[in-house]
Amino acid sequence: MSASAVHSLWTTAVEPITKIDAPTFEYGQMAPTLIIVGAAIIGILIEAFVPRKSRYYVQMFVSVVALVAAFAAVVALAADGYGTTKARIAAMGAIAVDGPALFLQGTILLAALVGLFTFAERRLDPVVHGNRVDSFAAQAASVPGSESEKAAVKAGFTTTEVFPLLLFAVAGMLIFPAANDLLTLFVALEVFSLPLYLLCALARRKRLMSQEAAVKYFLLGAFASAFTLFGIAMLYGYAGSMSYATIAQVVEGTVQDVNPALADTMGNDALLLVGAALLVMGLLFKVGAVPFHMWTPDVYQGAPTPVTGFMAAATKVAAFGALLRVLYVVLPGLRWDWRPVMWAVAIVTMLGGAIVAITQTDIKRLLAYSSIAHAGFILAGVIATTPDGVSSVLFYLAAYSFVTIGAFAVVTLVRDAGGEATHLSKWAGLGRRSPLVAAVFAVFLLAFAGIPLTSGFAGKFAVFKAAAEGGAAPLVVIGVISSAIAAFFYIRVIVLMFFSEPRPEGPTVAVPSPLTITAIGVGVAVTLVLGVAPQYFLDLAGQAGVFVR
Amino acid sequence: MSFPLLTVTAALPAVGAIATAAVPAARRTAAKWLALLVSLATLVLAIVIAVRFDPGGERYQLTESHAWIADFGVRYELGVDGIAVALIALTALLIPFIILAGWHDADPLETGSKRWRPTQGFFALILAVEAMVILSFEATDVFLFYIFFEAMLIPMYFLIGGFGDRAHEHGEKAAATQRSYAAVKFLLYNLVGGLIMLAAVIGLYVVAGNFSLTEIAEARANGSLEMAASTERWLFLGFFFAFAVKAPLWPLHTWLPNAMQESTAPVAVLITAVVDKVGTFAMLRFCLQLFPEASKWATPAILVLALISIIYGALLAVGQRDIKRLIAYASISHFGFIIMGIFAMTSQGQSGATLYMVNHGISTAALMLIAGFLISRRGSRLIADYGGVQKVAPVLAGTFLIGSLATLSLPGLAPFVSEFLVLVGTFTRYPVIGIIATFGIVLAALYTLVLYQRTMTGPVKPEVSAMPDLRVRELVVVAPLVVLLIFLGVYPKPVTDIVDPAVKQTMSDVQKKDPQPEVEAAK
Repeated sequence: MSASAVHSLWTTAVEPITKIDAPTFEYGQMAPTLIIVGAAIIGILIEAFVPRKSRYYVQMFVSVVALVAAFAAVVALAADGYGTTKARIAAMGAIAVDGPALFLQGTILLAALVGLFTFAERRLDPVVHGNRVDSFAAQAASVPGSESEKAAVKAGFTTTEVFPLLLFAVAGMLIFPAANDLLTLFVALEVFSLPLYLLCALARRKRLMSQEAAVKYFLLGAFASAFTLFGIAMLYGYAGSMSYATIAQVVEGTVQDVNPALADTMGNDALLLVGAALLVMGLLFKVGAVPFHMWTPDVYQGAPTPVTGFMAAATKVAAFGALLRVLYVVLPGLRWDWRPVMWAVAIVTMLGGAIVAITQTDIKRLLAYSSIAHAGFILAGVIATTPDGVSSVLFYLAAYSFVTIGAFAVVTLVRDAGGEATHLSKWAGLGRRSPLVAAVFAVFLLAFAGIPLTSGFAGKFAVFKAAAEGGAAPLVVIGVISSAIAAFFYIRVIVLMFFSEPRPEGPTVAVPSPLTITAIGVGVAVTLVLGVAPQYFLDLAGQAGVFVR
Repeated sequence: MSFPLLTVTAALPAVGAIATAAVPAARRTAAKWLALLVSLATLVLAIVIAVRFDPGGERYQLTESHAWIADFGVRYELGVDGIAVALIALTALLIPFIILAGWHDADPLETGSKRWRPTQGFFALILAVEAMVILSFEATDVFLFYIFFEAMLIPMYFLIGGFGDRAHEHGEKAAATQRSYAAVKFLLYNLVGGLIMLAAVIGLYVVAGNFSLTEIAEARANGSLEMAASTERWLFLGFFFAFAVKAPLWPLHTWLPNAMQESTAPVAVLITAVVDKVGTFAMLRFCLQLFPEASKWATPAILVLALISIIYGALLAVGQRDIKRLIAYASISHFGFIIMGIFAMTSQGQSGATLYMVNHGISTAALMLIAGFLISRRGSRLIADYGGVQKVAPVLAGTFLIGSLATLSLPGLAPFVSEFLVLVGTFTRYPVIGIIATFGIVLAALYTLVLYQRTMTGPVKPEVSAMPDLRVRELVVVAPLVVLLIFLGVYPKPVTDIVDPAVKQTMSDVQKKDPQPEVEAAK
């Protein structure tokens, strides 16, 4: 058997490589992500080279500067028209620069900035051995309760790694909703998930619970990632490409050239359906939609509260952004297949989240279930499949992020000897003891409940309106019913705070530094402004409602 | 641009609420005076509205219109018709009395407590409710109305849950529990109603494309906006459900007795005489105008429910042992009359219903506030704990009697005129329902007179023997209300003149004419 025969059997001859096209990379349009990644890498170097005493300040400075600069870059891009007329696909087809991407990136960056303030808070816990401490473990590697942990606490160690970890997560989140091919999507998913798994494990108090939460999150997240990857593989088999645009063309049957290597599978609808289902499943896991929500309460409860707040806000924004893009750009030709499924998911998510929340006795778990119910409301807007649907989802996400971060920031303030007092019974009579904190929390709860004149109402109205116009009127009715159910437990907390007798051994409200005050203040301001005068932001979201393909 | 009178009338109590809440803790008397002054100034503005309103002119007057949330098709549109003018005047009139009557309701338990702030909160919340109620009477944009219709629940909720009678038969702890139960029940009922309405509001937008009451009603009238019968009915039901919870109509009424029983007398007046009126008002303004066909379709069912409210409320009032609960059930019976008058679809019925809203507000305020003064003296809400009060406190007993007689619609007192109009208006179209409803009056005589007899007449119980008569502050509250009851009973023309043209408009919206008397052909 000659060498050439083998050659023809197993391989095909390639053109001789004379030159490789140098990849073009639009640094300007990628600036927000690049700034964050760069700052995160600098953060790691700071950990290595800057003396322990000054790390906290340097890290914080770098992080804040990076987030502000990245946000400025997003604003500059949007002002330059990349959100509307100049929307395009950058980085060799890997990243979309368009309205939804820029809007969501801006939201994520602002949420991260506010979240960062709660990360950096050092006045809440009592001073230990003369050192101010934050919410994170002194030395994550030391076993809880061990001598090495005590030594680390005594030495005043702090986990300043949380700042670069946060930035890496943010970088992944920035790419996730902008990803324009499936591999980029997957890489972004991992880039933002892995730092979050770590951050969840870093609580200073209740460390075992925190580590348990991280392990749960990691295992379930790994499963979800595997599903996503499997779905991506199938979609590749179906379309012969990772690119969103090409897959969409194959779904619509407008693609001409068939990849010879995939001639057997290309256009096979079974691959498409299974692949799309697995991919969407992975995204719904990140969103926290029923029935992929099981991790949410445990992780939200166990993770350090600043991380929970950041995660609840920013992850949801990024994941919904990616979900929107996948459904609207990749799978619009399949919408008669995915809409009924998403209907079902939205219904069980709205009702499930609202009903289970009623029985919760821990404030963080309660907020977790509330976030599940909100995911259901947002899904109602996703199902609309209209530009209005997109912009309503964008608006809802922006409104919801700030309420969430603010609410969790308030949770960090209510403390007793064991750290944060998250059991609801301990919140009894908070309104008598600290009327201001209770009033602020009540504002957040009313926004969650969607009472008019708060951002929650404007968002809910936008989403339900889009859903009704998109022909999903029954979803609106179910949404309204679950809002009513949800209102019950928000109000229960308000009753507890204002109309119950304070317990004698109840928790105290710590006086925070300006950092947390800023986070909470921004939350309240955004909640009220978006509630009373949402027009400007609705316009913004409305302009950003069109995906580039 | 003309002076935005309607906005200012609503903004004044809103600003007043913020200012009152900001008064330092130690200066609580100043906060009370501030609240009272603001409410009086609002009353002056309400009178200006009533004077500037021309009954023979445009349907909606003093209108204001500004862009607000273009994406939702929402505009900031205000305007008043005669019905709104009457109800704004009622609201602005009652609030100063409510504030004055509740002068000491939120005082600190032990004198000299420096950091006690609820006093400021109490009066600020009352003013906040006033602002929102006035705005919901003024709004001619459905969305704008909805916002204030819902938002007013929050201050109301804190008023019910945060402040209650000092005296309670089971002690302070049980009182707090029952109060928060009542507040939650109030909020949940109304929130569910409001959320159902939200679905209908969104549906209305999908069908009509905007929220302007005048535009939609006009498009409906000239046929440019067609609605499928089933769509219209669903939307109507969504709106009506919310209003029926608020009004409240049987079987959605059960929150009212709890809320009125547990809150202080002035807050109870605020609920039943002011806030609940938004529900019946909205039936007239929104249900009938936006969904005339569906309103006609639903009329028989609603009339039956209203009739049940009248009889059921009255029967339960007869059986009550608690004074405030008794008044609450009496109110449910009266709301039945109001709703019956609205849906009888005759001009007498609707004029009567509007007049009834005003008169019920005044008479219930009088009765409830005096009952509150009585309860604060003895420290008990139970009827059985009283007896022979008229011998020790004749003025209190006498005014209480007038309030009671007004509640049973004695001729010569204001509610009689309206109840008569409602019954006549119903009878001309639905004689059977009109006849059965008349029994409500008989029962009213029973529950009010028995209440008076048991508490005021008979031998003087030892616990009430030292009861002081009405103080000056209390007299200032009671006397004007009693005078108004008598005045409007003899001369209701000022109110009916303002109301009638608006009612005629509403009647033409639903394309109903009054039934004409039939003359039997001569043999």
